Amino acid sequence: MKGAVIAGVGMHPFGRFEGVSTTDMGVHAVRAALREAGVAKGGFQAAFCGTAYGGVATGHKVLSRLGLTGMPIVDVEAGCASGGAALMLAAGAIRAGQYDTVLVFGVEKMPRGIIRSSFFEPWQEEAGLAATPSFFALRAQRLTVTSGVTKEHLARVVVKNRRHGASNADAMYQKEISAEEVLASRVVCEPLHLFMLCSPNEGAAAVVLTREGRRAEVTPAPVTLAGAVLRSHLPGSVLSESTPLSGLTDDDVPSPTTLAATAAFEEADLGPGDLDVVECQDTDAARELMSYEEIGLCDPGGSAEFLDSGATSLGGRLPVNPSGGLLSKGEPLGASALGQVVELVRQLRGECGPRQVEGARVALSHTVGRGANAGVVILTR
Amino acid sequence: MAGRVMVRDGLFTDGDAPALLGSRCPACEAHHFPRHDTCPYCAADGPLPTLLSSTGSLWAWTAVTAAPPGYRGPVPYGMGVVELPEGIRVITHLTVSDPGAQALGQAMELRVVPLHTDTDGNEVVTYSFAPVDAP
Repeated sequence: MKGAVIAGVGMHPFGRFEGVSTTDMGVHAVRAALREAGVAKGGFQAAFCGTAYGGVATGHKVLSRLGLTGMPIVDVEAGCASGGAALMLAAGAIRAGQYDTVLVFGVEKMPRGIIRSSFFEPWQEEAGLAATPSFFALRAQRLTVTSGVTKEHLARVVVKNRRHGASNADAMYQKEISAEEVLASRVVCEPLHLFMLCSPNEGAAAVVLTREGRRAEVTPAPVTLAGAVLRSHLPGSVLSESTPLSGLTDDDVPSPTTLAATAAFEEADLGPGDLDVVECQDTDAARELMSYEEIGLCDPGGSAEFLDSGATSLGGRLPVNPSGGLLSKGEPLGASALGQVVELVRQLRGECGPRQVEGARVALSHTVGRGANAGVVILTR
Repeated sequence: MAGRVMVRDGLFTDGDAPALLGSRCPACEAHHFPRHDTCPYCAADGPLPTLLSSTGSLWAWTAVTAAPPGYRGPVPYGMGVVELPEGIRVITHLTVSDPGAQALGQAMELRVVPLHTDTDGNEVVTYSFAPVDAP
């Protein structure tokens, strides 16, 4: 896909911020992105706001505070992929010639504790069949069967991402952790220990998307949005993010992530071998390994080996989650996908200091969650 | 008067030989749980009601160690996936809450088990799977 570039990005750090509202965080991120893009009042014709827990007209509240209303403002809910969905809608509108410049942002202030999702019916909660970490655990356990993944591999994913996140000022956790510490944390749902799960939290991220060629002269140089795809699930997989109550014994149903990645690579006319850096969904440590396989970064069944090779660590062939991932940043649903995009834009511009992936030219962002919703964004410079 | 109530009607039968209430698509032959009036796989109308097999094999399992929102039963409790001979995998409560005591492919059978007592004093029950021949 040609036609859309990212002219500016902004972010409110991810974490827990007492007394700071969802709107406050959105204002912070949007203001930074507009400033970087050199876009002022009247400079964008539409706004899409990703949020899952924000409530009615979350995007309007942010833009009202900034005196930037009048254009269509649409909130987009697609679970963990809300920001990716917003970006896809904006890119499509620019490509179609409907708008020249679109503001895309995501904001969230998650409730504390295990995520309570309105997705489930009350009886499912009452029967104990709605515990989010239990589904993560069942997928993790299947990965031990299909890919030889051990608890030690899961701990190593956390160690890697927390090492990456140690230099990320926007991350909730900026302290490295050892495999021993991860394995010593309490078991939430076997095989997942507490530190193998990301923290639902708060934050905001924003991106200014504009028609290619319109602002080629600006500094920093625009990053090209080469692909932006959202896909839902195909039925059949019992452990799909659509969280059905049953599935079929057919193991060949492509995952929503595979559907989205395949379409995004096609849109960008690129393949997994072209990538220099990846930010992927690591809600839990096993989810990152599944993502390697589902995106095609390694062969099916090869995720443990791929991790062990060091390829996905900073300095390796294809660093994954240089930002520290959700395991370091935490996960504010509506903002997490755009948080990845902000990181990757900064990586492609060479602005990431100690966690910079040298010479990165092609980057992929991936989020997946309830729905199912899977979002894949490909960026190039 | 207090009694025994299902966590939700229409999911399973109670009694000495309980069964899950499923459906089967006459067009693509796929089985469903719970019952559907449109096949989720081929979108055909008119799936036929059927009782699913009460025995199967364990395909995935874990234990939930802290009570999730909305759940008022004991913890830890087992939760997993059981594969039935109809070619269907079902998300289910498990009677065994120690993950180390279960094995891939082990034979499982359907049980109806208590979850908690509601505010009217009723015992709320749900479907679960136990290892075959477990007490």
